[in-house]
Amino acid sequence: MSMFSIFNISGSAISAQSQRLNVVASNLANADAVAGPDGKGYKGRQLLFETTAMGEDTAFGVRIAGVKESNEALRKVHNPSHPSADNDGYITQSNVNPVEEMVNMISASRSYQNNVEVMNTAKTLLLKTLQIGQ
Amino acid sequence: MFANLTSSLEFNAKALIIRSERQRVIASNIANADTPGYAARNLDFKEAMASANHSGQRPLGLQTSQGTLGSSTSGTSNIRHMALSGNTEGRLGGQNKLGYALQTQPSLDGNSVDLDQERANFVDNAVHYETTLRFINGQSKTILSAIQGQ
Repeated sequence: MSMFSIFNISGSAISAQSQRLNVVASNLANADAVAGPDGKGYKGRQLLFETTAMGEDTAFGVRIAGVKESNEALRKVHNPSHPSADNDGYITQSNVNPVEEMVNMISASRSYQNNVEVMNTAKTLLLKTLQIGQ
Repeated sequence: MFANLTSSLEFNAKALIIRSERQRVIASNIANADTPGYAARNLDFKEAMASANHSGQRPLGLQTSQGTLGSSTSGTSNIRHMALSGNTEGRLGGQNKLGYALQTQPSLDGNSVDLDQERANFVDNAVHYETTLRFINGQSKTILSAIQGQ
């Protein structure tokens, strides 16, 4: 029954989107993190999505191909009173752009909802198929 | 004798299988709405149904999610489409019966899924699936009442 693989397809997408939401959450949580004495601040992370075959020839799910750190420069903020400030009075913050992350979050949550709806519809159709002849 | 009773169900059974295949293809598109480089696929119900009924005599063409079926030129349903090669036998609505959806708004990451279009396709296909189910239910009820003679 080919419709059963819809649960695998949408399930893989839901799992990928929830991981994306996790990454967004950790990016936002560390948006204002200040680098320690080593000068290595938090770098924003992004997931790489990849299409993957789900066994049958017309079923394609999603999988996480990897996590990539952003190469953007870390933010330098002038704050001489901060304990981690360097000799010029600058502290190093993460390179996360909160606006980008919020947009990413909305996109992930919408995609998640879409896939839940797909699963619900597939479930309804399968249940109705089971009732043939009754 | 029994074949006469059930043969009328065959057409709708084929339609139901193709609808479920198409549902899966659209689900794949929605699942990959955020995957870079993913090309949206679609299954032309009309073509798949015709080939299921004539056991693949007619060459299948690529089709689009919003394209109309024009006159058949070199095995495709539209001049702008590329002809599919290879065997068209096998399961109803297999991989070689899939076409690529035309891009409405090209994106930089190479993803050609139009989410609004896909959602509309999904709902449309779900309704058609239920319609086919009702036809099958009605026919099976007819057969049952013929058997019972009540």
